[in-house]
Amino acid sequence: MSQSEDHEEHQQHPLKVYFVCWILLFVLSAGSYFVDYVQLQGLLRWSLILIFMMLKAGLIVAVFMHMAWERLALSYAVVLPPIAILMFMVIMMFESDYTALTRMEEFSP
Amino acid sequence: MQEAPLKPPSNPPTPGLQGFVEDWSSDQRAFKKVSWGKAMMWIFLLSDTFVFGCFLVAYMIARSSTVTEWPNASEVFALHIGGVELPLILIAIMTFVLITSSGTMAMAVNCAYSRARKPTALLMLLTAALGAGFVGMQVFEWSKLIHEGVRPWGNPFGAEQFGASFFMITGFHGTHVSIGVIFLLIVARKVWKGEFDRDERTWMCSGKGDYEAVEIMGLYWHFVDLVWVFIFAFFYLW
Repeated sequence: MSQSEDHEEHQQHPLKVYFVCWILLFVLSAGSYFVDYVQLQGLLRWSLILIFMMLKAGLIVAVFMHMAWERLALSYAVVLPPIAILMFMVIMMFESDYTALTRMEEFSP
Repeated sequence: MQEAPLKPPSNPPTPGLQGFVEDWSSDQRAFKKVSWGKAMMWIFLLSDTFVFGCFLVAYMIARSSTVTEWPNASEVFALHIGGVELPLILIAIMTFVLITSSGTMAMAVNCAYSRARKPTALLMLLTAALGAGFVGMQVFEWSKLIHEGVRPWGNPFGAEQFGASFFMITGFHGTHVSIGVIFLLIVARKVWKGEFDRDERTWMCSGKGDYEAVEIMGLYWHFVDLVWVFIFAFFYLW
């Protein structure tokens, strides 16, 4: 058994990486607040909100939580399972559409 | 401080996809170069992701299947400051406070690996203070909404499910922040007292100069910030 496999790596990176990430998070948050402030509507609103959200989440996980420097074995174990939540969301989107439809059929005057 | 002598790695793990396959099919441990504490924190955070994921999906179901209009978050969470109606201003401030606390936590982790005892403890205390500030603002927001008549079973603004979703999701997130603040204070106290610089083994520390507990604490704290990113987008902006 080799020694190196048991040796745990320390996650130390230059401070600059954190500061850049921090500033980007501020800018992205300000961006998503701005979307609401100027009351953008429609496709532009949803796509901007989702893009800012995914970028922020990615930055936090990759830089602040050091996922970018971890081995793939850990990254995949953590990043891939949430796909199940996405699948669940898609299934329930159809289901709630159906519920809304029956409610409109039954309860609307 | 004496540097540990660098030994040449006798059998370094393979990088890339090949390494991923080798790690997962290997004996004894799949997560190489990661301590058990860190691996377990990641597994816990993954399970927490599913909890919050289910809350948000439940909120989506309630919102998209209701026939009454969903309350306009931009108006419900607006504040009057100096005679001006500012939409979502408190939520925006809360978001910035939480991001700032994530930044100070990242600094604390960085200091911890330089084994700078006092800066690490102080930065963790600052993080805890910002977290407590976040919880305080959430308390203000909750009491404002309760005062306006928002209840889990109904509210004056629209669809009845709004109150239940709001209290459930932000309440669970606020609980996570509060627990995080308590844990930050505990770990900061340990750092300040120099418990990670002693040559003894505790459940948080494997020996002299092992500051990994700070990084594991940081993982939890960044996760709280991460969840807020999704709540901010789906609950307040949508």
